[in-house]
Amino acid sequence: MYETTYRRPTSIDEAVKLLRESDGEGKLMSGGMTLIPTMKARLAMPSALIDLRHIEDLKGISFENGRLRIGGGTTHAETKASETVRQNAPTFSYLAGLIGDPAVRHMGTVGGAVANHDPAADYPAALLAMGATIHTNTREIAADDFFTGMFETALEENEIVTAVSFEPPQAAGWEKFRNPASRYAMAGVFVAKRADGTVGVGVTGAGNNGVFRWTAAEEALSSSFDASALDGLSISPDDMMGDMHGSAGYRANLVKVVTKRAVNAAKG
Amino acid sequence: MSTVSMTVNGRKVSGECEDRTLLVHFLRDNLHLTGTHVGCDTSQCGACVVHLDGKSVKSCTMLAVQASGSEVTTIEGIAKGQDLHAVQTAFKEHHGLQCGYCTPGMIMTITDMINRHGSDLDEETVREELDGNICRCTGYHNIVKAALDAASKMGAGQQQVAAE
Repeated sequence: MYETTYRRPTSIDEAVKLLRESDGEGKLMSGGMTLIPTMKARLAMPSALIDLRHIEDLKGISFENGRLRIGGGTTHAETKASETVRQNAPTFSYLAGLIGDPAVRHMGTVGGAVANHDPAADYPAALLAMGATIHTNTREIAADDFFTGMFETALEENEIVTAVSFEPPQAAGWEKFRNPASRYAMAGVFVAKRADGTVGVGVTGAGNNGVFRWTAAEEALSSSFDASALDGLSISPDDMMGDMHGSAGYRANLVKVVTKRAVNAAKG
Repeated sequence: MSTVSMTVNGRKVSGECEDRTLLVHFLRDNLHLTGTHVGCDTSQCGACVVHLDGKSVKSCTMLAVQASGSEVTTIEGIAKGQDLHAVQTAFKEHHGLQCGYCTPGMIMTITDMINRHGSDLDEETVREELDGNICRCTGYHNIVKAALDAASKMGAGQQQVAAE
């Protein structure tokens, strides 16, 4: 790992100030579950690491006015263990409990995961499918506008994800087809029957430009919320990732198979 | 360089290290607690798992400065003198190790698992939650057996304490 300097702010304002002082060379670190392995491999060399784990304003889970709000600094394990999440959005709770492994879930946070937008991250699929909002220290961003490309988001410099919030869906299903070695999604699909009756389908791990909504499937499922509604649909391999674990064509088929399973899971 | 202070296995310690120093290296090189192992360089193998404020974490994927102010428990801190911890005893009885390299991480992960699930721990959960710990010798079977045996014994112990 290259040399770096560690900073531990206790407020969002202090974190932004430290980030500004680093002249674009510093990085915000939440759980560090992606950033530290990246630094160990010398693929990143931030001059300063600004640790967000000690900022109280980033913590906490609440349910108010029909929306579930999860602070950016909430770990996957805390989301999984939360009774508020389990009661209002059981599928989101289930998803949080399948991220990484227990040690990763004790450190990794929802804010860090969405800000990083790994193309195989789990939360982005759920947030897109449910039409969630990403809250930052300066504004609110619709999930549709937030995930702009692989490892890219709408976040500006010095902007920090403070929370995510969403209206719990009537029904939801999460299916993750995992690479047997890395356990990352080769295709992960979150299907949400939203409160207004329309259906959202968020797909991770498969697209060649990060997480995406499969809009044709959404339309079909909004008319008929049944796996058979997807029978006539297909996804173009041109939009899929292809690598040593599976070709783009394989993933295109996999997305359809996994989406059907997610619909069946949602129907319980 | 930063001064790092933490409580390790109940003992207050402090030391100087670079900000980039990983917790595992602080434990091994500064404190000479070499039971915590480094098995990979990619945060995948789990040989370095310790407890940070009571929760399992990978000490190779955390800076020592991040752990400053926290309580850390390593494999050296779970036995009471000559009396092995229930999970250590179960590994011995069920032959849950061969070369032993992954064992400290396995035991710290399983101890955390039992702390969360108690005697309700079932085989499926053990196998799912061992996702982040790699063993190249045993095929996991005896590790799972040891985890379940320790869970039933520790769970029964907890109930006893609650009843008293």
